[in-house]
Formats: sequence, C-alpha cells, structure tokens
Amino acid sequence: MLDSLIQGILLGGYYSVLAAGLSLMFGVVRFINLAHGDMAVLGALGSLWLVQSAGVTVPLAIVLTLLGMAALGWLMQRFIFERALAGGFLIPILVTIGLGAALQNGMFAAFGSDTKSLGAHIGNLSWSSWELPGGIFVGQLPVYMFATAVLVLGALHLLLTRTAFGRAVRATSTDAEAASLCGVDPRKVHRWAAAIAVALAGLAGIFLAMRAQVTPFSGPMMLIFAFEAVVIGGIGSLRGTLIGGIVLGVVQSLGALISPQISILAGHLVFLAVLGWRLMQTTAADRGGWRTALAAVLNKPDLARRKV
Amino acid sequence: MTAALTLTDLVGRHGQLQAIKGLSLTIAANEVLAVIGANGAGKTTLMRMIAGLHPVAEGGILLHGSPVTKMPAHERVKAGIALSPEGRRLFGDMTVAENLMIAAENGRKGDWTLATVCDAFPQLTPLLGRLAGGLSGGQRQAVAIGRALIANPSVILLDEVSLGLSPAAVEGLYSSLAGLKGKVTLIVVEQDLTRAMGFASRLICIAEGVLELDGTPATLTRQQITDAYFGIHKAEEPSHA
Repeated sequence: MLDSLIQGILLGGYYSVLAAGLSLMFGVVRFINLAHGDMAVLGALGSLWLVQSAGVTVPLAIVLTLLGMAALGWLMQRFIFERALAGGFLIPILVTIGLGAALQNGMFAAFGSDTKSLGAHIGNLSWSSWELPGGIFVGQLPVYMFATAVLVLGALHLLLTRTAFGRAVRATSTDAEAASLCGVDPRKVHRWAAAIAVALAGLAGIFLAMRAQVTPFSGPMMLIFAFEAVVIGGIGSLRGTLIGGIVLGVVQSLGALISPQISILAGHLVFLAVLGWRLMQTTAADRGGWRTALAAVLNKPDLARRKV
Repeated sequence: MTAALTLTDLVGRHGQLQAIKGLSLTIAANEVLAVIGANGAGKTTLMRMIAGLHPVAEGGILLHGSPVTKMPAHERVKAGIALSPEGRRLFGDMTVAENLMIAAENGRKGDWTLATVCDAFPQLTPLLGRLAGGLSGGQRQAVAIGRALIANPSVILLDEVSLGLSPAAVEGLYSSLAGLKGKVTLIVVEQDLTRAMGFASRLICIAEGVLELDGTPATLTRQQITDAYFGIHKAEEPSHA
C-alpha cells in the first residue's frame, strides 16, 4: 500500500510535466492542442534518434531535444496555430487532429514501428534503486524524474508569478486586448508560451523514453493522461497540474494493487468523478482559476487575495 | 508646434455598419478634450481606433506628426498613446500593483512610476496588494487610469470615466485628473455634460459617427450641445431633419 503510494507519487511527476504543457497552452493561448501527446512522442523519438543514430550523449541529446521542441512550438504558433485560432473554435481542433495524425505517420515513416527505449543508454540508472526503511525500494530514475518535474514546474511557477514576462503572460491569458493596451504584444507572448509548452511535451517524451518503451503511436494515450491530469488539477494553475499529475499517478498505482487490469481504468474513473464535480462548480470557476473558485465555494474572499 | 493628434477623414466599420463616418479632428498638445455623444454615436469606436484596437477602414491618424494608422495597439503604447478602456478591463486575478507594473514594464520610460502614480491617486496606495477583481467601481476606475498613466503616454484617452460610479468617486477621480492638465493631452469620454464643460478646455459632440459640434465650454450653449447630442439640425440643413 505505502509502496504503491510512493510509486504513484513518483509516476505523478511524469504526468504533471506532460500535463503542464497542455495546461499552459490552453490557459494562455486558449488553444487546445490535440497533438500534444504526439509532440511528446516526437520529443522521445527525436532524443532516441540523437542518441542511437547521431551518437550524441544522453545529456546533450536532452538539451538539444528541448531546444528543438521549443523552436518547433514557437514556429507552429507563428505559422499554424495563430491562423487556426483566427478561424473560430472548430479550426484549432481539426488542425491539431490532422497535425497529430501527420506526426504519427510521419514518425512511423521516419523511425519505423519498433518499440524503442532510452533505458539501454542510461547505464544502470534504469534499474538502480534505493531501499527505504520498511523494505520499500524506490527506483533512482523515478526519483530523479520526480525531482526534475518539481524543479521545472516550480521554476515555471516562479517565472509566471515573479517576472515581467510572467506578468505579461498572465495578463495576456486574462484579456489579450487589455494586455496590448499595456504595451504587451499578445502574439509574442503566445509564441513564447507555445515554445515552453512544446518543450514541456518534449521533456515528458524523454521521461517516457527513459522509463518505458515508446512507439510512434503512443501519443493519443499520452494526450488522454495529460487531459486527465489537467482536469483533476484545474486549468491554468501549475500547482494544480502537479497535484493533478500526482493524483492520477497514485490512483493508477493503487488501482493496480487491486488488479493490474484496472490500473488505467481507475485513473479514468477518478477523472470522470472530478470532471462531474467541476461541472457543478462551473459558475464558481468562471470567476477565475481554482483558487478563486475555491474561495467562492468556501465564501471566503480573503483566500482569493495574494500578498505582493 | 505640431498637433498631438491629427485624425484625417477617419472611417471605422463594424461589419456593414459605418460607426465613424469620415471624421477629421486636430488636437493640440496638452489640450483637454471632452467627447460627448449618445449611446452608439461612435465615441468608444473612435477611442479604440485611436488606441489601435479597432481597424481604421479609411483615413489616417498622426501622432505628433508621424503616422500610426497601421500600428498595432502595443506599439502605439510605446509611441505614446494610452487608453483606459470602457469597462476598465483590469486583470482581475492579479493584484493592483501587478496591474500597474505590467503597463510600467511594457510602456515608455518617464516621470510616471508606481510611486508618482500613487501620489497622484492616493486612493491606490492601500489597494496595491489587493486583487483587482475584488475592487469597487471607483477603485477599479482609479486603477485603470493609473495603468494608462504609468505607461507615460503623451496622449491619454479615458473612455467613460464616470460611468457606473458614485458621485463621490467621480468627484475624487476628477480632482486627481485635474492634476494632469498641462502635462499630457487628455481626451475624456464623459456622459455628464456639466462635468465635461467644467473640466475640459474643448468639447466635441459626436452623433452617428459624425462630428456635430466642436467648441470651447465658454462659447457653446447648452441648447447647441443638446441639439448636437440628438442630431437635431437647424433649418439650413433640412435634408437631415
């Protein structure tokens, strides 16, 4: 039980990184990227290609992949998503479904359908573990991944709350026109947000490639997990996304305790339960983010106030 | 001295509807201009066109002699135009200080800083740590004006200054605004005629997208303004009657 709980929390780090990009894209750019999972797979296969075929070391491959994915996100926002957004709410959905399908089959053509893993290239890290008191073993790789996830999301949170860029991002996500009246270029903010979002997808892909196998068609499942973590944690809040990822990881891990076959299903059920609860709170959530929604539910406006 | 703002045959559309029908206007530097007109006359559209939020279909806008017609809104802020929009449009989930900092960080450099804005609008000081979404109408308007001011504009546009505010809040705002006279070009959309005539050095009235009246509060009579407001024309223009 405790073992499953710990493994679930560690798994949650991976889910929250996967979800953070989707959440950022939706929260800031108001754009639902249905190709998010496929972009994560692109990051995974890209880093694998760098290691296996280009002979690059794993750390360098990670850095190159993240930079490449960030550039890809910026360019896609600039040349595809901006135009799609101008076309109404249906166009972005169609565009990203098409983009996802093209990515899946493009990766199939480029890399083949063999399942691949970075696990073979990171030495004994893929199986090393620490023994905790009580005979519980935690893998070193999951611990490092969880720590990375917390660090990355924490840094992103600081970036959004403490810097001029972060203020511009939050202003744009609230009211892009009002932000432009303050001298902020919303399109520029959207492009950088997309760069960060796609880089996060790439990081999640690298995590997946290290801890498991990946095929060109793994994307849609990753997209579903990302959506579930976002909905459980609440859109537009990185802390919520981290919690959502951890809840999803823990539920899947505890579900596997009952039967390995219901692990994924348990995650889906919790997602549906939270979704139902959230639908009932829509009016509250309309007042701006989960913190304000919670404050509105509890009828405590003080909670909604933050210190500078 | 070049005019602060020159509008030439400005046309603005909402779809098929012409909201601004070939409006020309020259506004001198540091002038205080009040814009009045009925609902739907095109006041807000005109403000949005000057700020760069609404596309200019025809005509042109010069800011201190240089064209800004094609410039997007965020670049016009850097050129020196700031609009406090209708409905205030604050960032509700951010604090008052953050609302002001955004405009300070992305606007122009100048004398207006967080400290000087708080000096001019003392009611802002105790609110700095509060979320903008939880403020009263008067407080929100003060933040919105402060946010326009802190970008250090040379032309400041205030849309619907007193709409929805208590008389006390309006009084407080206008006494703060009086301190800006002579420092910036001030264009104020105001529904309250007495207030507009008392505050501005020049008054224009727009009806159905057309400039109906242009004068100073000293020379215009209330009857002239009322006629212009409702688009009532005298015998010399029977075609409009």
